[in-house]
Amino acid sequence: MADQTLPIAGTLDVTPRRHSRAMVLEWLHGWVVTVDHKRLGILYVVYSIFFLLVAGAEALAIRIQLAWPNNHFLSPELYNEMFTMHGTTMVFLVGMPILFGIGNYLVPLMIGARDMAFPRLNAFSFWMTAFGGLLIYYSFIGGFGLYGMGAAPDVGWWAYAPLTAKAFSPGHATDYWALALIVSGFGTLGAAINIIATTLSMRCRGMSLLRMPLFVWLMLVTSGLTLITITPLTAAQIMLTIDRYLGGHFFDTQAGGSAVVWMHFFWIFGHPEVYVLVLPAFGIASEIIPVFSRKAIFGYPAMVAASVGIAFVSLGVWAHHMFTVGMTSVGNAFFVLSTMLVGIPTGIKIFNWVATLWGGKIRFRVPMLFCIAFIFQFLIAGLTGIMLSVAPWDWQLHNSYFVIAHFHYVLVGAIIFNIFAAIYYWYPKVTGKMLSETLGRWHFWLFFIGFHVTFDTMHFVGFLGMPRSIYTYAPDRGWSHLNLVISIGGMIQGIAVLIFAWNLVRSYLRGKEAGNDPWDAWTLEWAVPSPPPVYNFAADPTVYSRRPLWDLKHPEDPDWKYEG
Amino acid sequence: MSAIPISPVAEPWRLPSRGRVAMLSLITGECAIFTIFVVAYIYYIGKSLTGPTPQQVLDVPILNTICLLSSSVTIWLAERQIERGKMRGFAAWWALTIALGAIFIAGTGMEWHKLIYVDGLTIRTNLFGTTFYSLVGLHATHVVVGLIGLSLILIFTLTGHVREEHSERIQVFALYWHFVDAVWVVVFTVVYIVGR
Repeated sequence: MADQTLPIAGTLDVTPRRHSRAMVLEWLHGWVVTVDHKRLGILYVVYSIFFLLVAGAEALAIRIQLAWPNNHFLSPELYNEMFTMHGTTMVFLVGMPILFGIGNYLVPLMIGARDMAFPRLNAFSFWMTAFGGLLIYYSFIGGFGLYGMGAAPDVGWWAYAPLTAKAFSPGHATDYWALALIVSGFGTLGAAINIIATTLSMRCRGMSLLRMPLFVWLMLVTSGLTLITITPLTAAQIMLTIDRYLGGHFFDTQAGGSAVVWMHFFWIFGHPEVYVLVLPAFGIASEIIPVFSRKAIFGYPAMVAASVGIAFVSLGVWAHHMFTVGMTSVGNAFFVLSTMLVGIPTGIKIFNWVATLWGGKIRFRVPMLFCIAFIFQFLIAGLTGIMLSVAPWDWQLHNSYFVIAHFHYVLVGAIIFNIFAAIYYWYPKVTGKMLSETLGRWHFWLFFIGFHVTFDTMHFVGFLGMPRSIYTYAPDRGWSHLNLVISIGGMIQGIAVLIFAWNLVRSYLRGKEAGNDPWDAWTLEWAVPSPPPVYNFAADPTVYSRRPLWDLKHPEDPDWKYEG
Repeated sequence: MSAIPISPVAEPWRLPSRGRVAMLSLITGECAIFTIFVVAYIYYIGKSLTGPTPQQVLDVPILNTICLLSSSVTIWLAERQIERGKMRGFAAWWALTIALGAIFIAGTGMEWHKLIYVDGLTIRTNLFGTTFYSLVGLHATHVVVGLIGLSLILIFTLTGHVREEHSERIQVFALYWHFVDAVWVVVFTVVYIVGR
């Protein structure tokens, strides 16, 4: 690249030798004050992986508690805190920051820009998100004020009224929950605004909207959805805080308020939130599957249209979380049908991924393994979703482990699998080192087996009537063996994630050198060195098709001859 | 895109202004926040178990509304002045916008003072109080934030830091003020016409 015009640079070190402590401080200072989208992206991802381990440990604590009947591994109070914090952490401190982090790192590189549209807003957004996370975890110490050990929020990640009222949830734990999510919500809002402005206003010459990589498209759609999804939660939490601190009556049934209004507001946020998480995961799959099938993505315009379609439909389905609350039959029918409608654009996507695989020269490297597992797991998750969208079926299985199994199939089987795929795929770009393929395969197979042992089995305890969020159960219910199996699967997943964490560290220290383009890929980020220089591109790139690197590598048969 | 030869001088490459895109995104998000508060207000109309009711205590703030809505016109005139490089005219219209916004916020303050001390309506009195102070307060908060921004820009204009080349940024900020005014139309309709 052009930064090699001065080969003499660096050979003569004129800076005086410094204390190593000063060097560490300087290095740390550099990371704290950074406004570089790549560094902020790395900060997001590292922050999220830390919380992934924390929330994973919470999940394992839940599973140990439920492994056999009448167990008392956790106290009932701690158990409630564990499942609340597991859900809240995974959604707000793992899922969203890691996906926005990956987006932060990749979007400018993929569209040929030197940074995000608003670098300082970008830093502000990250630190808001980070402080939100610290705030909610501080509640473990400070939730009861100064009375010794505090308490974390224990009202469920959905925090239904009236349990959240001051009378039923004394102390400050619920306030930490609301305030932390308001704070991190502003961070997310800033990140979304930044990504929209970047994709619309910072594209390099020739990068028209219909030439953007699908990952960029999906980040754009996700960010647009975030604008109108996170904000209702912020509004609802402001109302909750008004109720708790100023004596308001929004959700206070004794003064004419309504607990059901909270449910509506929460799920107006909560359901599109699933799509905020899954759409970037779709984007990841849409980048990785073509590269490892050695084919261009099948049906690019249909993929774009389906993504936008999913985002629109997702705004009109929230009350399928509330069939058991009781609605009119018209209301029920509307939400049944709108929910089933989601199946059409997602079906188009699955079809296009499979069609991309079809006839391709598939390379079964670790990122591809995760993506292939994703396609089939997401299909099953979608099918159980269609089952649950049928109101009478939902009346039977609502709040059972069947529902838990369904949404973990989406959140783990689709989103976490694709996040792992993304990390294996882009780690070489970010660090310049390949992740170990052997450890990667151990990670994949253990995680895959553990995932299915846990979540396939959960469907069956759901059918047998086990409700969610229960502290323990009697031995005569017939759930004991299945629960033990679920817990063992959880442990296997835990081991797999530890192998993954070890792989991240070990490969950073002694991984193979990656080079610019280890996967022979086609999007712009692979045109720059690994890790990319601060300015990304020495000269502004110009693109002529959806696969600029293909055009560069195959001047005799460029894509722009066929597209358009 | 049929076979166009590869050359760096292709069609002109125009992209939307990032400031405008970002401000419109922020406004979209803000609209969602206001929607939730407006829906809550409408849903809880007439559900209060005790008084006072809106009919008893609310007066329609006509002067306030006229001031706030006309501030959208004055800020638009200010935008046109800075586009043409007329900084004195810009500062004058901009200052008038601030004055109109300040009258609005003072009017809201007087209204609340009357409601609290004469009618005994606070945020905890009943559902009407809860929803009224939250919705009108949310809007008033936006007016205050807008006034702070407007005042900073006025100060920087008077010190000569805001110049003709900043007209785009001024227009981006003005979008926010237009939004605050437009939301008032909704809040006014819901609170003082539908709810009363």
